[in-house]
Amino acid sequence: MIHAVLHDSKDTVAVAVVEGISAGTELNAWIMDEDKIVHVKALQDIPIGHKVALKDMAKDDTVYKYGIDIGRVVADIRAGEHAHVHNIKTKRW
Amino acid sequence: MAVVSSSTTFLGYRRDNGRVGVRNHVIVLPVDDISNAAAEAVANNIKGTLALPHPYGRLQFGEDLELHFRTLIGTGCNPNVAAVIVIGIEEGWTQRVVDGIAATGKPVAGFGIELHGDHDTILRASRKAKEFVHYATGLQREECPISDLWVSTKCGESDTTSGCGANPTVGNAFDKLYALGSTLVFGETSEITGGEHIVAQRCANDKVRERFMFMFNRYQDMINRWKTSDLSESQPTKGNIAGGLTTIEEKALGNIQKIGKRCKVDGVLDKAEIPDAPGLWFMDSSSAAAEMVTLCAASGFAVHFFPTGQGNVIGNPILPVIKICANPRTVRTMAEHVDVDTSGLLQREIDLDQAGDKLLECMLATANGRWTSAEALGHREFVLTRLFESA
Repeated sequence: MIHAVLHDSKDTVAVAVVEGISAGTELNAWIMDEDKIVHVKALQDIPIGHKVALKDMAKDDTVYKYGIDIGRVVADIRAGEHAHVHNIKTKRW
Repeated sequence: MAVVSSSTTFLGYRRDNGRVGVRNHVIVLPVDDISNAAAEAVANNIKGTLALPHPYGRLQFGEDLELHFRTLIGTGCNPNVAAVIVIGIEEGWTQRVVDGIAATGKPVAGFGIELHGDHDTILRASRKAKEFVHYATGLQREECPISDLWVSTKCGESDTTSGCGANPTVGNAFDKLYALGSTLVFGETSEITGGEHIVAQRCANDKVRERFMFMFNRYQDMINRWKTSDLSESQPTKGNIAGGLTTIEEKALGNIQKIGKRCKVDGVLDKAEIPDAPGLWFMDSSSAAAEMVTLCAASGFAVHFFPTGQGNVIGNPILPVIKICANPRTVRTMAEHVDVDTSGLLQREIDLDQAGDKLLECMLATANGRWTSAEALGHREFVLTRLFESA
C-alpha cells in the first residue's frame, strides 16, 4: 500500500493519501516522478492530504515539494512529524 | 487507442459566427440588479429559458464598467447560448449589451423597464422569449471536429491530492487537446504565486512572457495594497488548509499542474477577453471559483475542467463544469459531485495517461449532451468580477 506520495527526490515532505495514518505507522512513500518508494515512520497521526516530514528540518530551513521551495520552517520539525501551518509559513505576502 | 485524435468529432451546435456550443440555452440576461425580478419572471413564464440574476450594473464606471459589459456581452455571445433576452432598467445600456451580442448573428432582443414597468416589460419579453425557444429547439446538433471545442480549467477547494492527482489529470488532457489545435485557457493569477517562474518559462515567446508578468505583478500589487496579513485562510483558503495545503507556494505548484507538460502558453487575456487563435491562453482572473468560471464562460469556452480535492460544488448556468477528484475520502463522501474519479492514481492503480483519457471520455460525453453532476444538481453560479466600488 502507498501511504504517502512525493513528487521529487529532493522533496522534504510527502502527502498522506490514505485515511487514518496513526503515530508509529511505517509509511511507504512513493516518489511519483521516479517511481521509487522511500520509507519513513510516522511520529504523529497524519490526516489524509496532510504532509509528513521526510527529513529533520530546523527553523528557517526551506521546505521542498515538487522539488521547489514551498515556504520556510518556523518551528523545528523531525522526520515523521506532521508538517503544516503550525511549523511552515509562506515566504510571500 | 487514444481517446482523442485529429479525426475525433463531437455533436455540437454550430452558430452563425462559426463557433460551436455543446448546450443550447435561451438566456434572460439582466443588465443590472433591479432588472432581476423581471428577468426571473420571464424565465418562469417561458419554459426552456434560463434567467441569470446578478447583483451589479448600477453606477459602475471606468475599467470596472467595461468589465461588466464585457462579461455580460461575452456570456450572451458564448456558443452554448442559442438566443438572448436582455432586460435593463433603461434602454441605453440595454441596447449596448444587445448590440454586442448581435455581432454573433444569434437572435437577441432588449427591453427597458422605464416608461413600461415590470408588467408590460415581462409581457413583451415573454412573447419574444417564446419565439426564441421555438427557434432554439428547432436547431440540430451536427458533427464537429474536436479542435472546435474550447476547454477552460480552474480548480477549487484544492488540497494536496489536487496537485498530485486531479490537476495533473487535467494537464494530461490539456497536452492531448493542445496537440490537436484546441483553444484552452487557465488563469487564477494569485494562485500562480510561487510558480510564476514556471509559467513564465512555458510562455511561447518574450512578448507573451512580458504580458504574463505584467498581469502577475498587477495582481500582486493589488494584494499588497489591500492585505492586512499574509492572506492566511483566504489564499490558501480555510478549506485548502483543512485539506493539508500549507502555503500559497505549495498551492500554486499544484495549481499549475493543470497546464500539463508540453503545452506552451501562447497568449494572455485580460478578464473576459475572447481568444483570437487556438492554443493555451492565460487569463488574468480571480481564483474564486464562481468568478473565474463565469469569466471563462464570458470568454467563449464551451466545457470546463474543474479539479477539486476537498469538494467544491460549483457549477455555471451556461458552461458545463466537469469535476475531477483524486481524494478518496471526497470521492466517497461527496460522490454526487464527482464526474471523474482519479483517486486510483495515488495508489498506482491507473497511470496519468489513463486518468487523462478518462477525463477526455467524460468531456466527449458532456460535449455530446450528457449532463455533468453540477448541471444535474442545479448549480448555476453566475458571479461577476468587480474591480472597485461603484460611483
